[in-house]
Amino acid sequence: MSDAVAPASLPTVARPALVEPAAVRGVLIAVALAFMGLFLVCPLVVVFAQALERGVGAYWAALRDPDARAAIRLTLLTAAIVVPLNAVFGLAAAWAIAKFEFRGKSLLLTLIDLPFAISPVIAGLIYVLLFGRRGWWGPWLDAHGIRIIFAVPGIVLATLFVTCPLVARELIPLMQAQGREEEEAAAVLGARGWQTFFRVTLPNIRWGLVNGLILCNARAMGEFGAVSVVSGHIRGLTNTMTLHVEVLYNEYNFVGAFAVASLLALLSLVTLAVKSLVEWKAGGPHDHRRMRPVAAGTSRARWAGAHEP
Amino acid sequence: MSIEVRNVTKTFGSFTALRDVSLHVDTGELVALLGPSGSGKTTLLRILAGLEVPDCGSIFFYGEDAATRRVQDRRVGFVFQHYALFRHMTVFENVAFGLRVMPRRVRPSRREIRARVQRLLELVQLEWLADRYPAQLSGGQRQRVALARALAVEPKVLLLDEPFGALDAKVRQELRQWLRRLHNEIHVTGVLVTHDQEEALEVADRVVVMNAGRIEQTGTPEEVFHRPANEFVLNFLGRVNVFHGRAEGSKAFFGTLAMDYPDGPATGSLELRGFVRPHDLDLDTVSGDDTLLEGTIVRVHAAAPQVKIEVLSTAGETIHVEMSQERYRAAGWRRGQRVYVRPREIRVFANDRHGGGAVCTVPR
Repeated sequence: MSDAVAPASLPTVARPALVEPAAVRGVLIAVALAFMGLFLVCPLVVVFAQALERGVGAYWAALRDPDARAAIRLTLLTAAIVVPLNAVFGLAAAWAIAKFEFRGKSLLLTLIDLPFAISPVIAGLIYVLLFGRRGWWGPWLDAHGIRIIFAVPGIVLATLFVTCPLVARELIPLMQAQGREEEEAAAVLGARGWQTFFRVTLPNIRWGLVNGLILCNARAMGEFGAVSVVSGHIRGLTNTMTLHVEVLYNEYNFVGAFAVASLLALLSLVTLAVKSLVEWKAGGPHDHRRMRPVAAGTSRARWAGAHEP
Repeated sequence: MSIEVRNVTKTFGSFTALRDVSLHVDTGELVALLGPSGSGKTTLLRILAGLEVPDCGSIFFYGEDAATRRVQDRRVGFVFQHYALFRHMTVFENVAFGLRVMPRRVRPSRREIRARVQRLLELVQLEWLADRYPAQLSGGQRQRVALARALAVEPKVLLLDEPFGALDAKVRQELRQWLRRLHNEIHVTGVLVTHDQEEALEVADRVVVMNAGRIEQTGTPEEVFHRPANEFVLNFLGRVNVFHGRAEGSKAFFGTLAMDYPDGPATGSLELRGFVRPHDLDLDTVSGDDTLLEGTIVRVHAAAPQVKIEVLSTAGETIHVEMSQERYRAAGWRRGQRVYVRPREIRVFANDRHGGGAVCTVPR
């Protein structure tokens, strides 16, 4: 910009008020990139470099180890139980909070946020105190031969506790912004509760829901603290992937540790990619079709196909 | 389908939206609920639809108590103020929704649904937009889609909440006339909520003026406009000038103007407030027996079918006068001119709210 050349009397070609000088922009971008590189990219590279340090063969062998496979299975099982349960809970809670007025609503909101405020280790300890051998219900559970702590149910419970706000938190603002009018319109047009839910409510929040589920899944698979307390670290039985990484690392089995860690890192990368895809699909806060008039043409084709004799 | 509202009261927390409201709507009639915001008109409409439940009182559709029917079974068409179109569905799917969610045994075949939606879209002149999404439509188009969607289930009653509220003036005007024609064609019983008096007077067979949860007056557009029941109705249905006067015996005095006033007090005098619409005021260059007050023209607004003139009285009040272009040009009024304001008639209400009105006609 030639700011010095223009005489004061002439209206200078001033830059827009909210654009910083090139130097400032450059410095800010450089700082941000350096930060990202140091704290995000470098660790990622290190994980994969360490995992592949002794070649692909060793990497595969580490992953095929029975204990590693058991850990992967347990993590997948936990996610497979926790994610659907959270979907149901998140939907129900968000629906209640966004669409109805009732006493204790703010209390419910606070309760939903509670897991965010509590350290995961404490969350795990709560379950040990409740269900552990010397916990409140321990003797009763023991008498009936039910094991929760140091077993799979405890791991699932702890993961549920830690991830439970994720879906609800994603959906509440979305549903609040959409209001109740469309559902009222559906009711007046004769739609029953379930019809309204599946035809109107769910399609309107589907991208938010998918987003919440992705986050929930990532957290469920990556959780360490809470699970660590309740798991008991029984190799091949109650070790999840994150716990297995720790065990291997403490045994100086770096290739094994980083191989499993690389799977978790891959999961994060996939999660990020899917999340970006969903956000791009959803086109920001609105339905993606707002942005893409083309969709109209395809749906016409669908119509013609479905109805021509 | 006739609608009967009996003694309906509705409160939201500490706010009373409706106080003991009763109303009858005849089959095939188009009734406008007119009132300022917070007057309870939308609440009444939502109660009719079944979207709100009254605290007490009852609603009868065709003599049948509507409380026994859920929203889904009332067969009312409801057009929401902000249309509430299903944003993830095409125009076609929006209109078809009411048919698709019918129980299987009464649901029309796919082919029939298609034909019916097509017909409705033709009715609202939008068949060329069937594949668009609501976000791709203009306000007026969305409004008509909302109407077509409401009509798809062949409702016996059509309820419209501020149907033209969010549209610009020209589109409003067109849609208003179009709605009137449509109503004449399909002859459904209709209730329309609006805060726009012009809209209510132009479209409706009958106007229900509401205020603070009560019905102030019910009548044809002519009745409520020319014979307002009280101050509120008079004020709400257009601009009005207020003059202070007094009644003594059977005479009323406004300034130097004396008129017959049969309801005056036998002894002493009574403060009166007289109301005159701007088009019931004349201007003169000389004072006479019937002069209400003296003033100066401070503003002339002639770029309209009716010329609007503002007069500042010697007492410092602003008086609004309206006259035809012909009379304005004949007299040649201009700013700064000294004028004498003369009413053709003055409307006086007794002090209590529902006291009814007396019209004092100025002797000429």
